[in-house]
Amino acid sequence: MKFLGFVIVCLTGGLLLYGTMDLPDWGDPASPASTHLSDYYIEHIMEETRVPNLVTAVLADYRGYDTMFETAVVFCAGLACFLLLRDFRPKKTGISAIFPRV
Amino acid sequence: MLHVKNPGTRIIPGNEFEHMDREWVPSDRIIKTVCRILIPFIQIYALYVVAHGDFSPGGGFQGGVIFGSSLILMAISYNLKTLMKRVTEKFLSIFAATGVLIYVGLGVLAMIMGGRFLDYSMLAPLVPWDPGHIRALGMLGVEIGVGIAVMAVMVIIYVNIVSEGRHDEGL
Repeated sequence: MKFLGFVIVCLTGGLLLYGTMDLPDWGDPASPASTHLSDYYIEHIMEETRVPNLVTAVLADYRGYDTMFETAVVFCAGLACFLLLRDFRPKKTGISAIFPRV
Repeated sequence: MLHVKNPGTRIIPGNEFEHMDREWVPSDRIIKTVCRILIPFIQIYALYVVAHGDFSPGGGFQGGVIFGSSLILMAISYNLKTLMKRVTEKFLSIFAATGVLIYVGLGVLAMIMGGRFLDYSMLAPLVPWDPGHIRALGMLGVEIGVGIAVMAVMVIIYVNIVSEGRHDEGL
């Protein structure tokens, strides 16, 4: 069973590595992201939003929905942590802390 | 029942008696002092990062994480009770929800003012003295909401994990 898991992990990793071969190189000026989107942002952000920080402008303005649901995801993480872990019972003391009753 | 040699002595139940469990180690004086001096500066830096999110590197997520880690530093250097006395669970829950609501509220406000959802330029009548920078101001408001939510959630996750959900003892 362990061997089977190892094989599955290796196959998945190999598949992911094979998938990265089609990605454009880092900083490739001919990649689709650099030819259309980046140019538009760099040329228009200052007149459209008047924010000198491109990252924030893209994050909070052009991609506002994305950031909103990112915040919602962070909130859900806190909520899930609270719902799973919160324990309102009093702390066990004395002998029952060392030998818990089954 | 405690047996004391001198019966005239009154035993004052102080802070130290609350923590008589096996794992608890009192914090060092150096650690306490350094953290007490450091925490306000970390918090001011966090507010700086949030406030300058649209003009320099930074923003809501980063500032919120820095602010939350300053509160976690308080829990580590003193103890968890010191933190939970200052920042209660109700406070944290309300702030986590408020942060998300600020974000969504700005979007809905833009809708009410006649634009599309999260279209900050429609909020211009609210700031008549500087309508040109309304998109920057809208982003700042949104980042403040994100910062509040991230700060509260950081502390919620830390407190729940470290004390196994009991909020009394822990790191």
